[in-house]
Amino acid sequence: MQALVSLLKRDLSLAYRQRAELMQPLLFFVLVISLFPLGVGPEPKTLQLIGPGVIWVAAILSSLLGLERMFRDDFSDGSLEQLILSGASLSGAALVKVYAHWITSIFPLIILSPLLALFLHLTEPMYWALLKTLLLGTPLLSLIGAIAVGLTVGLNKGGMLLALLLLPVFVPLLIFATSAVEAASMGLQYNAQLAIIGAMLLFSLALAPFAIAYALRVSQN
Amino acid sequence: MWKWLHPYAKTERTYQLCQLLLPWFSVFGLFIIILAAVWGLAFAPTDYQQSDAYRIIYVHVPTAVLSKSLYIAMAVAAFVGLVWQVKTSFMAMMAFAPVGATVTFVSLVTGAAWGKPMWGTWWEWDARLTSQLILLFLFLGVISLYKAFDDKQQAGKAAGVMAVVGIINLPIIHYSVEWWNTLHQGATIMKLDKPSMPPEMLWPLLLSILGWILVCGAISIQRLQNEILQRDLKRPWVVKLAMNEHVSGDKE
Repeated sequence: MQALVSLLKRDLSLAYRQRAELMQPLLFFVLVISLFPLGVGPEPKTLQLIGPGVIWVAAILSSLLGLERMFRDDFSDGSLEQLILSGASLSGAALVKVYAHWITSIFPLIILSPLLALFLHLTEPMYWALLKTLLLGTPLLSLIGAIAVGLTVGLNKGGMLLALLLLPVFVPLLIFATSAVEAASMGLQYNAQLAIIGAMLLFSLALAPFAIAYALRVSQN
Repeated sequence: MWKWLHPYAKTERTYQLCQLLLPWFSVFGLFIIILAAVWGLAFAPTDYQQSDAYRIIYVHVPTAVLSKSLYIAMAVAAFVGLVWQVKTSFMAMMAFAPVGATVTFVSLVTGAAWGKPMWGTWWEWDARLTSQLILLFLFLGVISLYKAFDDKQQAGKAAGVMAVVGIINLPIIHYSVEWWNTLHQGATIMKLDKPSMPPEMLWPLLLSILGWILVCGAISIQRLQNEILQRDLKRPWVVKLAMNEHVSGDKE
């Protein structure tokens, strides 16, 4: 347990010292979203229509950018190997690393989301729905993403492959999240969508740590 | 209970089993697929609504059915490999994967070609087409992950994990896409009612599905054999096999 706490502290302070690198996916997120009004025109109605989808697609893409650093540095300086050999529960450690990654590279996206909702003229109920789906859905991105990152960490050419592996898997999340926001825009209930996203989150919370631990062992061979 | 399976963890035994099965699969498969194609394309009655355009069903449906089955087969092989550490199982997984990807691609292309005369468009974001497209991406992801590793042992495990993640996700993807589709454009789609097929049309279809299953099985078996030979290239039994082949080749 103590090992896990110190691992969490280490990851957080490492992230704090690499603030500039953490900013990049965030900037990418904002940039991609501000490209859409330029691309499809500034019509508030159109933007409102595509808004939820755009924000979610941008969140998925920028989380892909940040995912790689979850295990990369640890892999190259050997501390990942030490972690595997240390005897501490590897799936627990994986969960800690996923949490640290989420709080440092994805949570800032959620903090920025009101600004983006303004950019895309989302109404207030739409924004609340968006916030809820982001809070429930983005941990899923980190959890499932970590499996694929664990598998590809030993490869030098992981980036593109990561997208190919993960994007199809994220399809249901994208569908349920955007449809929740859409339902909110029409004043409908969207508890069902939230419940499904929550179910997916709990399911992967239960199983993903083991898959991540296995993936890390495979990549260390 | 499962003891009879254990010898097949050895590549040599699996190779022999493949050798035994291959002629049956390939001969019957080819025969049935040709029979079904001729029956379906030339002799089955024309449809009163779609006239001859419906005949693409004799390729489209078998490939669509097989695409999902092959993914399941691949994932089961991956699961067996991951749990019981059977390396032949990963070879089987990679024997299935490209066959499955190809079949999925064929079903997409024939679906598009069928959509043109029926729906008036090459591509409709129809639930089945969409989930088929995602299935293709899942196949390609597993294959490219496998190819990215130099060490094939490691590659098998990594791709196996992804295949298992995919199979858990597959039903979720399927139902989410279906639900998304009814939400967005349920009314606009000209979905053809599925009338119960008259037996003259149904029989060639069933035969065609059987033929495709056998042919895909034959290709997978052949691929597995090739993979085993390639991996065990330096092992004595392969060397012996190659020598025997050589000798009998000389005699003829």
